[in-house]
Amino acid sequence: MSISDRRRRTKSSPIEAVAGNGLLDRRALLGRGVVFAGAMSTGAFGSVTGAAAEPLTDAPWSLEPGTTIKVYELPSRFEKDVVRTLNNPNGQPGAQGARTPHHLMNGAITPNGLHFVVSHGGAPDIDPDKHRLVVHGLVKRPLVFTLDALARYPMTTRVTFLECGGNGGPLFSPQPLQANLQALHGLASCAEWTGVRLSTLLEETGIDPKAKWFIAEGADAPHLARSVPLKKALDDAIVALYQNGERLMPANGYPMRLLLPGYEGNMNIKYLRRIKLVERPAMSFWEARTYAPILPNGKAYQFYLLQEVKSFITQPSPGLTLKEPGFYEISGIAYSGTGRIAKVMVSADGGGSWAEAALQEPVLSKAFTRFRMPWRWDGGTATLQSRAWDEAGNVQPTRAQFVAQRGELKSVPPVGVVLNHHFNAITSWGIDSTGEIKHVYA
Amino acid sequence: MFTHSRLITTVWLAFSVTAGTASAEGLNLGKPVDAAAIAAWDISIEPDGTGLPPGAGTPAQGAHIYAEKCAQCHGPDGKGGVAGVTAAPLVGGEPITDISAAMKRIANFWPYATTLFDYTRRAMPWQQPMTLANDEVYALTAYILAQNKLIGENDTMNAETLPKVKMPNRDGFIVRFPDAM
Repeated sequence: MSISDRRRRTKSSPIEAVAGNGLLDRRALLGRGVVFAGAMSTGAFGSVTGAAAEPLTDAPWSLEPGTTIKVYELPSRFEKDVVRTLNNPNGQPGAQGARTPHHLMNGAITPNGLHFVVSHGGAPDIDPDKHRLVVHGLVKRPLVFTLDALARYPMTTRVTFLECGGNGGPLFSPQPLQANLQALHGLASCAEWTGVRLSTLLEETGIDPKAKWFIAEGADAPHLARSVPLKKALDDAIVALYQNGERLMPANGYPMRLLLPGYEGNMNIKYLRRIKLVERPAMSFWEARTYAPILPNGKAYQFYLLQEVKSFITQPSPGLTLKEPGFYEISGIAYSGTGRIAKVMVSADGGGSWAEAALQEPVLSKAFTRFRMPWRWDGGTATLQSRAWDEAGNVQPTRAQFVAQRGELKSVPPVGVVLNHHFNAITSWGIDSTGEIKHVYA
Repeated sequence: MFTHSRLITTVWLAFSVTAGTASAEGLNLGKPVDAAAIAAWDISIEPDGTGLPPGAGTPAQGAHIYAEKCAQCHGPDGKGGVAGVTAAPLVGGEPITDISAAMKRIANFWPYATTLFDYTRRAMPWQQPMTLANDEVYALTAYILAQNKLIGENDTMNAETLPKVKMPNRDGFIVRFPDAM
């Protein structure tokens, strides 16, 4: 079939609308360009393609040798805005947060320099040769490991997301905070981690049958410590040494961190130096007080552990603008601490109708899954939402369902201040006829 | 072939050791270590007092240490409010009427008094963690508990008395996913 034949054929088969306000069949995304030809045939790209392109010329950078290559490369100077935002740039006593700019990224992996950080005491400057990991408590044989020793054990690699328990905290506000996606959901990232299974080390220490929990503790200034069910150690916990192929970043736990796939970020202890098997949880400051979200009845959840199924649309999102009506790809991220994402539905009319998004392979357990939805914006108002299901059948709640259980704050908090935890409800973007995008409740 | 089969054997040995038995067959690259060698790092304290060190302190002793080492961030009366510092208030606490974490105080939220000793010892003072002597940590704990009227002005805190302090919100918590524990 010649190209012209193909073009004729696609011209005669316009893309099917599958839900209200311009959502198109996700299978159009599989057409390797067919969708664009199809969209053009409906006139959506008319204003883009109406004028002839300027003549092509050689730019200055094509007429001289480029720069020398650096030993460690940083992004182009034109990407200077693709950085994390800091809530405490001067390191005042208290937590420091660095948020991932999801609205300026694509794919499912977060580069190390953009991986979110919540630090409760700054990043220590650890000499890896002097760092030690001790495993003790209710074990048969307490052992201490050097980094060199750990690096000789059989390794495992997995892609998994990390999310701060406070990610999405601004959405507890009684009115939608006017902030971008980075401010609202930037405390989640996804990386490929490589390290030694914690169960491998516990096989060598032996486990006293009385042990039901372990306390993990860091070598940072607050000696951050969390209690973790021993079940998790024997399931999929890793002592991670590598992040996206290179050693961990200092703010992400160099030279080693605990990795508990799907569990609350704060439990993934950075600068891991001690694991103590115990019968009961220690009720550390961070589990007894900080990461214990208050409920409307005045009680509080404790040991929330899991990051529940969640999704949000990264493009378009606040701060970005739709310049003209026509075809756009709605794209976002879905994940669940329970397992794989099974399905993501997208709405362009505030939940009035839904269509199933395409999931980018590979769809991995407890990892970011990129979803995509073709959309033809007609230039009118629209409310974009995404909703995720995981393989265990858990479904992301609507905001109304979530608030009915978890409540909302009595007053609007400042942007960047997290006052409750574990928000996983639907996030809505409202688009007006100028193409401006705002955070709305719908 | 020799190298190949030896690699497989090594990997097999590493994974063939059953959990619960000390290994004679694993890689054995960890060094045995005794309690004395771990002591400086073994700072975990459990709610029943397990792990609390010897030592003692009173609210009066704690008041002096507080003024010297804590007040600059937490305020002279422990109620926070120091300009430009986000350190949490340590004293007071209204009944919880909002889901905001800003309402959490020691007196209205923390379930165990042992947590106060544990956190103070491991993380405070902010610029110099792990520099307080155990007696100082007991004294500061006693001072803060007394300021919150959770113990008497003359009560001494030590490994025996601290775990017995009844915190008002002890039963205010719900485990979210019991099956995961």
